[in-house]
Amino acid sequence: MALRINAEQKKLTQTPLLKIWVPWMGYNLNRRRGSSVPQFCNSPTMIVMVGLPARGKTYISKKLTHYLNWIGVPTKMFNVGQYRREAVKIYKNFEFFKPDNEEAMRIRKACAAAALKDVAAYFSKEQGQVAVFDATNTTRERREIILNYANERGYKVFFVESICDDPEIIAENIKQVKFGSPDYVGRDIDEAMEDFTQRIDCYRASYMPIDDEKDRRLSYIKIFDVGSRYLVNRVLDHIQSRIVYYLMNIHVTPRSIYLSRHGESELNLLGRIGGDSGLSPRGQKYASALAAFIRGQNIRELKVWTSHMKRTIQTAEALGVQYEQWKALNEIDAGVCEELTYEEIQQNLPEEFALRDQDKYRYRYPKGESYEDLVHRLEPVIMELERQENVLVICHQAVFRCLLAYFLDKPADELPYLRCPLHTVLKLTPIAYGCEVESFYLNIEAVNTHRERPVSLLSLQNVNVNRKPEDALQTVPDHI
Amino acid sequence: MPMMRGCSSRTKLAQNQDRAVCMTNCPTLIVTVGLPARGKTYISKKLTRYLNWIGVPTREFNVGQYRRECVKIYKSFEFFRPDNEEGLKIRRQCASAALNDVRQYLSEEGGQVAVFDATNTTRERRETIIQFAEQNGFKVFFVESVCEDPDVIQENIVQVKLGSPDYTNCNTEEAVEDFMKRIKCYENSYETLDEVLDRVLDHIQSRIVYYLMNIHITPRSIYLCRHGESELNVNGRIGGDSGLTPRGKEFGKKLSQFILEQGISDLKVWTSQMKRTIQTAEALHVPYEQWKVLNEIDAGVCEEMMYEEIQDHYPLEFALRDQDKYRYRYPKGESYEDLVQRLEPVIMELERQENVLVICHQAVMRCLLAYFLDKTAEELPYLKCPLHTVLKLTPVAYGCKVESISLNVDAVDTHRERPENVEVSRMSEEALLTVPAHQ
Repeated sequence: MALRINAEQKKLTQTPLLKIWVPWMGYNLNRRRGSSVPQFCNSPTMIVMVGLPARGKTYISKKLTHYLNWIGVPTKMFNVGQYRREAVKIYKNFEFFKPDNEEAMRIRKACAAAALKDVAAYFSKEQGQVAVFDATNTTRERREIILNYANERGYKVFFVESICDDPEIIAENIKQVKFGSPDYVGRDIDEAMEDFTQRIDCYRASYMPIDDEKDRRLSYIKIFDVGSRYLVNRVLDHIQSRIVYYLMNIHVTPRSIYLSRHGESELNLLGRIGGDSGLSPRGQKYASALAAFIRGQNIRELKVWTSHMKRTIQTAEALGVQYEQWKALNEIDAGVCEELTYEEIQQNLPEEFALRDQDKYRYRYPKGESYEDLVHRLEPVIMELERQENVLVICHQAVFRCLLAYFLDKPADELPYLRCPLHTVLKLTPIAYGCEVESFYLNIEAVNTHRERPVSLLSLQNVNVNRKPEDALQTVPDHI
Repeated sequence: MPMMRGCSSRTKLAQNQDRAVCMTNCPTLIVTVGLPARGKTYISKKLTRYLNWIGVPTREFNVGQYRRECVKIYKSFEFFRPDNEEGLKIRRQCASAALNDVRQYLSEEGGQVAVFDATNTTRERRETIIQFAEQNGFKVFFVESVCEDPDVIQENIVQVKLGSPDYTNCNTEEAVEDFMKRIKCYENSYETLDEVLDRVLDHIQSRIVYYLMNIHITPRSIYLCRHGESELNVNGRIGGDSGLTPRGKEFGKKLSQFILEQGISDLKVWTSQMKRTIQTAEALHVPYEQWKVLNEIDAGVCEEMMYEEIQDHYPLEFALRDQDKYRYRYPKGESYEDLVQRLEPVIMELERQENVLVICHQAVMRCLLAYFLDKTAEELPYLKCPLHTVLKLTPVAYGCKVESISLNVDAVDTHRERPENVEVSRMSEEALLTVPAHQ
């Protein structure tokens, strides 16, 4: 069917999945819709790390990459050390890094060049928007090369330099991440420590930090001593200012984040979604069990957060401690489907039900929200979680999934299907480059509210709008 | 409702700088530092406006004001000479008086942040302030503005100093010359910030830093308008997602002409994700961005109702809304207070951008306008934002110039004033007295 556009009467239509008004179906709305990162049709940005080894560059790179991807900015990390490991299969010792080792120098330059080429490919062929270039980049010469490369192609460059001379912090870094590195696998710890220290020394002589005078035209942030001081220069655009804000809010103080849903609610029992009901008797039991669990964990200065909805507040009440209510933690708004069962949705809005299964992350309920909207809504919560130390967040299924996806770096298509059962507490403890997860089921029975993506032999059969009701309702969990 | 500590939209965090848990918020004292004409007052006023808008009670204390009250008539820069004993005494007293008022505001009047706006260019003066803060349990945050560019300084002087009460009776050249000498008086004793203070930025400090990094002074204008008249507007119904009436479409066309005539370079256009703003933007034939957060306030169960119907079905709610329109939240909906929180990223982005046209909705426009014009929470929900009228905001000196341009296309009035009787016991007629006419 030919697409006819009557220029006189451009009638707006709403796209079925995202519920976005567009001038005509098929219109390419290639802007970021309603996200907090407005579309720039902008130049891609290279974030370039700078600093001696064991200064937290890779830690920062990974965290930044997670965060930017989570808020919807396609970002990828390029670790030059990885390229080196692929080029030089076996790492012998620090001698590889000696400044007079010409052979090694050549290899290292080639690795950096290869990484830069991949950055270019990521931007031009994969629609990437931000590339994090993770390497020491400790000489002006190397930084010049990168700047030229970027300028030639119209990329923006933002430097992140990590400066730290505290021997304890550095030793701790080395212990946490270097010993596990492929370079040191199977080595004696003291030997590894000795070798790595020599490795750092190889860089030290030629290290030229970003200079406040000479480099005053560059955009950068210098982080001193793991965030006790910052120096920010020439923040050029939105994404750079978000990055700076994020970097200033993260910390490395050990702590744990506890995530839990509210206790089982009345509507849960009836298989109805959304609403603002109270706890069922089993839900109340969970609240008490949660209180006992929390006391048992002996957590220092725990903050407790809930949403504005009755069921999370009732759960928190049982803890007998102060808590804060965040409207941003409210469950996803199911719009016209609020308080319906899945069976009723299938009966009354089968097309909507199918669309949701086709792309559960982006699908927006009519007059409601999508998971994508939820992520945007939760960004201040994530920022505050980064700032805080020990926190217990009592929330809802969809919200829980979004928060979990952030901490465990789950992509958008997995996010809406993460398992977050009732009456289970997840304890997340950041370690090394990731997050340790412990799951505690508090032994109070509850209904299952998890609905899997309907699966079938023909991949699209069960998400097709014309599917049969039985196929649609295949994965709906039991309820009263 | 137990423990509404976070209040409906914001978290108030306990801060524990010295590892002791502080269960109520320690107030914050922001102290500007810098030579004259470095933008300290500009920053102070903007910061104060921003913090108040997001719900943090903030007040600025400009020591120069105190000095003007003390020394009724300003003669010349000689007052500021470092060897002017009399002058120094008065200035010290003024600083003390200001600090005393700060203490009262933060400790007794429920203030959360005080901005102490003065040069504070010596370590000695800053030490005094630090001690003052420690004694009273306030946190201190310094903001130093450093600028060596003579053009920028000249421009500052022209923009704000010439209009100052100190220079009402001088001609421009005299004033500039005197002011330059005034700056010189401070220069010799200027000790730039190098104090080692609280290391970890708390929540409010990190928000302040983020804000300061995003503001700029490049001349530009922000255009605010509502969508064209909608079908539901004409029927006196609130909310919903209806399309434009013929008059609304006419407005779109006129808006397009208006924008062309304004000859704005690089104009960004933003809409909400509701049909009526998008239809309006479509008439401009330029690229635009849709922001979900610019959507109209969610009236929950009252969506698409007429005020008469709300009075009929929810008279209690209707009365409560009139009692406190800013904080009142529609059942299953939002409040203006929620809206402000939702709009904060828009404000931050507006600060970063240059020329922008925002096509939005009545409640949203009120919130944005209140930010730019520094309106209180009480005034905000009653700001007049008629259909088919563009507001052009141009930052100037310490504030914002507003031009209201009606595009001469008739539209229904959607503004409902606060009725006299807001009691729950009132009669229907009293409640509906101020409802604007509709079909």
